[in-house]
Amino acid sequence: MNFAGIDEREVDRVHELLKKEAADGGYRFNPDVEFTKNLVRGLLRNEQRYGYRACPCRLASGKRAEDLDIICPCDYRDADIDESGACYCALYVNESIANGAKLAAPVPERRPPRSRRGNRNTVRSVQTGSLPSLSLPSLSLPFPVWRCRVCGYLCAREHPPEACPICKASKDRFERFI
Amino acid sequence: MAFEHVNGKKMGKVMLYALSTCGWCAKTKELLRQLGVDFDYTYVDLLEGTEQDEAMNMVERWNPSGSFPTLVINDRKSIVGFREKEIREALGV
Repeated sequence: MNFAGIDEREVDRVHELLKKEAADGGYRFNPDVEFTKNLVRGLLRNEQRYGYRACPCRLASGKRAEDLDIICPCDYRDADIDESGACYCALYVNESIANGAKLAAPVPERRPPRSRRGNRNTVRSVQTGSLPSLSLPSLSLPFPVWRCRVCGYLCAREHPPEACPICKASKDRFERFI
Repeated sequence: MAFEHVNGKKMGKVMLYALSTCGWCAKTKELLRQLGVDFDYTYVDLLEGTEQDEAMNMVERWNPSGSFPTLVINDRKSIVGFREKEIREALGV
C-alpha cells in the first residue's frame, strides 16, 4: 500500500528505528520485511491524519484520549505475544515467529468493542486479568509508583517519565500503580 | 455505503470490510483478487460520520468485536481475519 505524502525513505528510517527500539527493549519484529514496512506505512499514515501512530489494524476515532490504548505499541501487545505469539497486527512477535520456526496467524481482538469502552481503568483490569488486591501495610511511600500500561515498567518518582525507557510509550500512558 | 467493486467470477455476494492501513486486510483483498472472485470492499477508516457508523454497525452484526478484516459471504457467513483456508473453503475455490 502507498499513501500520498509518505516518503519511502521515511518509511525505511522509521522501520529501522522501531526495529532497533524493539530489540533494545527485548521485543522482536516480524521477519517479513515487506509486511512490516506496510504496517509502518500505515502507522505513518495514521500519524499524518490523526496526529499519533494509532494501530493500523484497528479503527481509530481520531481523538487521542479515546485511542491511547491503541497507540503503537498498544496496551495489548504483551498479552497477545504471550498468548498468540504476535501482537494484533503481527508487527511484534515472539522468538519462534521471529526466527521463522512458526508463522504469524490471526490474533483475536482483545480490545473491548465500542459499546464496552466506557471506563478505561475498569475495562483494562478486566482485560488484563485483575490483580489480587495488594494488602500493603499502610506505609507512607516517599514517592508514588507509576506503571507503564504498555510494557509494565514501574518507577517511583513524583511524575511519570516523558517516555518509558523500555518501550518509549509517552507519559500519558502511565497509570498510578501504588 | 460506498463500496468499490472488483469484477470476477460470481461466487455469490462477497463483501469485505477493511481498513486502508491494515496489513491483514491487504492480504485478504489480495487473496480475493488472486482467486478471481467478484467482490465488493470498503475501507471503513475512509468513511466519515454516519456512513462510518453504519459500516461499523454492519461489521458488529457479523463480528461483535468490530475488528478487521471482516468478510461477509452471501449474508450468511462471516470470516474474521486473514484465514486463507477458511476463505477458500467458504468460496468453494
